Amino acid sequence: MSDITKQSLSELVKNIKDKKLSSEEVTKAFINRSEKSKELNAYITEDYSSALDKAKKFDQKPNLELKLPGIPMAVKDLFCTDSIRTTAGSKILNNFVPTYESTVTQNIWNEGAILLGKLNCDEFAMGSSNETSFFGNVQNPIDKNLVPGGSSGGSASAVAGQLTPITIGTDTGGSIRQPASFTGIVGLKPTYGSCSRYGIVAFASSLDQAGPMAQNVKDCALLQEVISTYDPKDSTSIDFKRNEYSKELTNNIKGKKIGIPKEYRVEGMPKEIEELWQKGIQYAKDCGAEIVDISLPHTSYALPTYYIVAPAEASSNLARYDGVKYGFRAKGENLTDMYEKTRSEGFGAEVQRRIMIGTYVLSSGYYDAYYLKAQKIRKLIKNDFDEAYKKVDAILTPSTPSSAFKIGEKKDDPVSMYLNDIFTVPVNLAGLPGISIPAGHDAKGYPLGLQIIGKAFDEQNILNIAYAMEEKINFKNKITDWWIK
Amino acid sequence: MVVCDIFKYHMSIDLKTIKHISKLSRISVDEQKAEKLAGDLNSIFKFIEKLNELKTENVVPLTSVAETTLKLRSDEIKSEDIRKQILKNSPQDNEDYFVVPKVIE
Repeated sequence: MSDITKQSLSELVKNIKDKKLSSEEVTKAFINRSEKSKELNAYITEDYSSALDKAKKFDQKPNLELKLPGIPMAVKDLFCTDSIRTTAGSKILNNFVPTYESTVTQNIWNEGAILLGKLNCDEFAMGSSNETSFFGNVQNPIDKNLVPGGSSGGSASAVAGQLTPITIGTDTGGSIRQPASFTGIVGLKPTYGSCSRYGIVAFASSLDQAGPMAQNVKDCALLQEVISTYDPKDSTSIDFKRNEYSKELTNNIKGKKIGIPKEYRVEGMPKEIEELWQKGIQYAKDCGAEIVDISLPHTSYALPTYYIVAPAEASSNLARYDGVKYGFRAKGENLTDMYEKTRSEGFGAEVQRRIMIGTYVLSSGYYDAYYLKAQKIRKLIKNDFDEAYKKVDAILTPSTPSSAFKIGEKKDDPVSMYLNDIFTVPVNLAGLPGISIPAGHDAKGYPLGLQIIGKAFDEQNILNIAYAMEEKINFKNKITDWWIK
Repeated sequence: MVVCDIFKYHMSIDLKTIKHISKLSRISVDEQKAEKLAGDLNSIFKFIEKLNELKTENVVPLTSVAETTLKLRSDEIKSEDIRKQILKNSPQDNEDYFVVPKVIE
């Protein structure tokens, strides 16, 4: 069967279940394409030979009842994988080999999936362009000179470039949705507490969530169904009734009320983004949804709030990298000197910057002015959404304020880089689910995404809206395989 | 003109402050790096300063978006002998312990 890598997850699952394809054939196809795609730099660690072994083993006694039967997939290198190096894109974890498995990846293997390798990402998931990775930047399959977005840049590039049928990323401020938007794929950030954080390298614990990235909404729904489980090992994991998202998926969204927040019409936003948004509103109407104007008055405070809360939590989480128990260690004259040199040589510039911001806002005398203030404003931001959801079922916004930018373009200007996440960050601060779907192209032919934000635990509803709109949008990603020689 | 608190603070991120934060962060910083960091942090704090437009005296801070109380686990011992796993990634160990540079003279 030709063009295996062009098939969606749902097609591959069906073909394996109908015995038209073996796991070995599918795994081989993705390995071959991944090997021809080194220029994208999507992988940090490849695990091809054991993937093939696992595929052959699966085929000997295939369990076709599983949800991901013999499906090969690569995952973001932020998930700890037992006996497979896990780096978080950092020099400080360059040689780290976990002795345990993250809950989310374990869920995937339990349903029959097979690990292809670990995907590149911004260092400790801190970045919006994948340029902070110790393992080099990743190229966007759309165009050689474009960033794939970040922090799940390797993941987005690998799905858009068909190096893996699906993947999982993590999203602290937009790290699934922004790269999904930049590469023309679908990415879901679930409700906080929906997917276990156990075994995920921590960045900002009150914001971090794992989520699926795929070529279409249905595949995303299936993967979400697999990874979202209650887990006693994560004290913030929430025990709620989870849907069988892919089975319950429907394009009937008649009468759903969709809110359009006026504050997302930000100054300096390109005309193309506004036009895309208007088109999205029309698509939603065509699907039978009712459009309601709403207000989220504290939107413009979300990014500054995020840049206090996230670095504060990061500075605390990253205190564990001290060169003693695992990871990189620099030589020092004494213990303190060893700590300071290890962290100075082991962390990249952006991570050091965020640790410093976090340390400063938590330090004696500044805590109330910064951290406490940010927590209070976070409450106001959440209240805005609570108020809006009295009137609407979901909210529609652009995913990003622009299409993908050029490699190097924003690297030296942290604030302009941070502005990328202006539409995605409020969702993390409020702990809500949000999905980005590809919805059109700009004049340069680069993909643009729309975001649908839901009520907490209402993943099914935003998946349904995304599913209905996807059908109307009928997006075709412009991938030319330029990197394949 | 309203003088806001955060503006007052952010102006004070000078080299001395950078050195202080770097000490608290256990990240060594030379002069050149300190200057770069001071510039970056000042532009970031200028951006953060916007929060001071809002009055928040009566707002209850949000500490967790999950509106549930944390679950307690039953008090069962689940210890396994995982010494080997714990030491597996250590940069330097002597089979039983992590080894660090000498602390006591």
